[in-house]
This record gives sequence, C-alpha cells and structure tokens, in this order.
Amino acid sequence: MCDTCGCNITPGNREFAYKPVNGTTAVAVLKNLLAKNDDQAIHNRQHFDKHRLLAINLMSSPGSGKTALLEATIDALRNEYRIGVIEGDLETENDAERIRAKGAPAHQITTGSACHLDSHMVHDALHRFPLAGLDILFIENVGNLICPASFDLGQHRNVTLLSVTEGDDKPAKYPVMFRAADIVLLTKSDLLPVLDDFSPARAEANLRNLASTVPVMQLAARKALGLQTWLDWLRSELARQRARVDRGETARPRIQADGVRLHEAST
Amino acid sequence: MHELSICQSLIDQVEQIALTHGAQSVESVKLKVGPLSGVEPLLLQHAYPYASAGTLAAESTLVIELAPLKVSCETCGAETEAEPSWLVCGACGSCHTRLVSGDEMILMSVELITAEGTNHV
Repeated sequence: MCDTCGCNITPGNREFAYKPVNGTTAVAVLKNLLAKNDDQAIHNRQHFDKHRLLAINLMSSPGSGKTALLEATIDALRNEYRIGVIEGDLETENDAERIRAKGAPAHQITTGSACHLDSHMVHDALHRFPLAGLDILFIENVGNLICPASFDLGQHRNVTLLSVTEGDDKPAKYPVMFRAADIVLLTKSDLLPVLDDFSPARAEANLRNLASTVPVMQLAARKALGLQTWLDWLRSELARQRARVDRGETARPRIQADGVRLHEAST
Repeated sequence: MHELSICQSLIDQVEQIALTHGAQSVESVKLKVGPLSGVEPLLLQHAYPYASAGTLAAESTLVIELAPLKVSCETCGAETEAEPSWLVCGACGSCHTRLVSGDEMILMSVELITAEGTNHV
C-alpha cells in the first residue's frame, strides 16, 4: 500500500486523518501498526517467489497435529516435491528432528517465550536455511489460536488445523484465527466415532458464520486417512503459485492487511 | 499477549514521524482498532506507558477509536452490523459478505509539539 501520497485516505476516514488541535501539529499517518512486520513479510515473500516455491503457514492449537500432518505429507509427496519446514516452538528441537527423520530439511526457531512467529524471525531463519531446490516451504507456527493470526510472515497461504478433540465451537471462539484460514483441516478424524460431542457439520457452520467460504477437509494424518484431498489442494496451490510467479505476480493469504483494503476502497 | 511488541513498533513509527517533523515531543497518538484486529485496546493502553518511556512520546496520550464491525453483503448488497463470531449478512443471512470495517489496527494521526507552535501539516 502507499503511505505517502494520501491515496489510502477514504471518505470514511478523511475527517479523522487531518485534525489539528490547539497549538500542536497534527500529522496524518494511516499506517498499519504492524507496518514493520508487514514490510519484512513482503521481503520474505519476494525470497519465496524468487525460488518459485509455495510458502504455507500452518496454525492451530498445540497438539492438534501440525507436525504429524507434515510427516504424512512429506511421506506422501516424497517422489513428487522437495519439501522444507521451518518450525516454531517456544523450546526444543523436537519437531525439527521429527521432520529431519523423514528426510526433509528443517530449521527450528525457538521463540523463548514469544507466542507467535513474526516476519523478522522467519527472515533470520531464511538466511540459515537454503531455499534453493524447494518446491513447498511449510512454516509451522507456534501452537496458539490467537497471536499467530495477526502476523504476516510472507507466506502465500494460511492453513488452520482444528483437531476433533478440541470442540466444534473453536471457529466461533477464535474468529480472528479462523477468518485468516485459506483452508481448514479437521484433524484426527479417526477419533470421531468415540467423540460424541464434536460435529464436523457444526464446526463448518461456525466457520461459515465468519463469512468464510474456504474448503473444510477431514483427515487423520497418522492413519493416512483423507489425505488425498489435502494433497490435491497442495498440488493445485503449487501450480497456481508457479503460474503467478511466471506472470510476475504474488499472492497473500485470504485476509488482506487493512491498509491494502483501504487502498482498494479508494481507487 | 503481543500488545507490548505492537506498542514498541508503534512508538518506533511515532518517533520517526516526530523526528521527521522536527518536533520536541508528542502530544497524542490516535489509533483506530477493530474487534477483529487481533489486538486488545485495553492491553495496548496498559502497555503504552512502558513502550513510550524515555522516548519523544513519553508524555503523550494514546487515544484509541474503536472501529465498528460492519459487513457488506455480496448477495443482497446490504451493509449491516456484525459480531466477531457472526459475520453473515444481517439482512439476508448470506455468508458471502465482505468486512468493510472491524479488522483495522491503524495509526491514524499524531499530534506533535513543535518549537514554532502551531504548524499545520
């Protein structure tokens, strides 16, 4: 977006933007609070596009099966694509080791006590993690249904997992997270027969109430159930990403930063 | 949980603006925050004094305008009020809506105290 020429000032916010008050100077800014993160994210996205890879941000609660999904995905696509993973956790190399055990390159970011990854952490990781030759880069965010949704990392798509042991009202309880999803995966679906309180239909209805029309898929990564639709989605997203790169374009996740929306509204 | 780091990033932006305009200090900082932005206005207010301490914005007031939650329906065209977990059209119930207000987290304007006094930009 443009922050210099005033094109992001709309009829709705113009009055608010210029309002000089007694003896002081009022400066209109209209810049996203996360501008620094967003600028770095744009830079990261350029790195990804330069390597013609598809970057996917995986978000969910802790323990909903993000790493298990990656293990199953690496196994299934072993002969098709080269997959790399950047792992985000507060502590330990455990997840990166699980990915490496599958033969895929992995880099672990330990955030200490930070509850999410930001674009600067991912950028630092990119300098230690060779992207050359990768087809798909997964960024497994810190397990958390709140903070990761607010930070653009430079990814092209957001994947949000909801395990069936968590409750089908999660989309209603965490609307910021579920609105950000380009696809929602209901994981551990093999447990549905023993869970009488999780209804996939209710989970989907709660998602639709957020005005989200994205695909919802059920799968059980550790049992290799329902993986096919997920793998097909990945294949088509990678093909779309390559076509975009060839046209000199890029893509952001479904939810655009507010400034971008303002800009669109004013043009 | 990340309001302090957002506040620090805000103060960085504000100080940059103050320096660009040769201001002595910052009088107030105005934000617009929507319920779907992922930040809590109250937590921002709590974090602000800590983030601004020792900067040009140290004595400044943080003013947060709450953006209303509104959706525009792609099916019937109505613009209606919404709730964070209920973003379907208030008129026809369609889930094909577009958020027109409510996810913003924007630095709207900054009031600066300059040596020359009033100096409208």
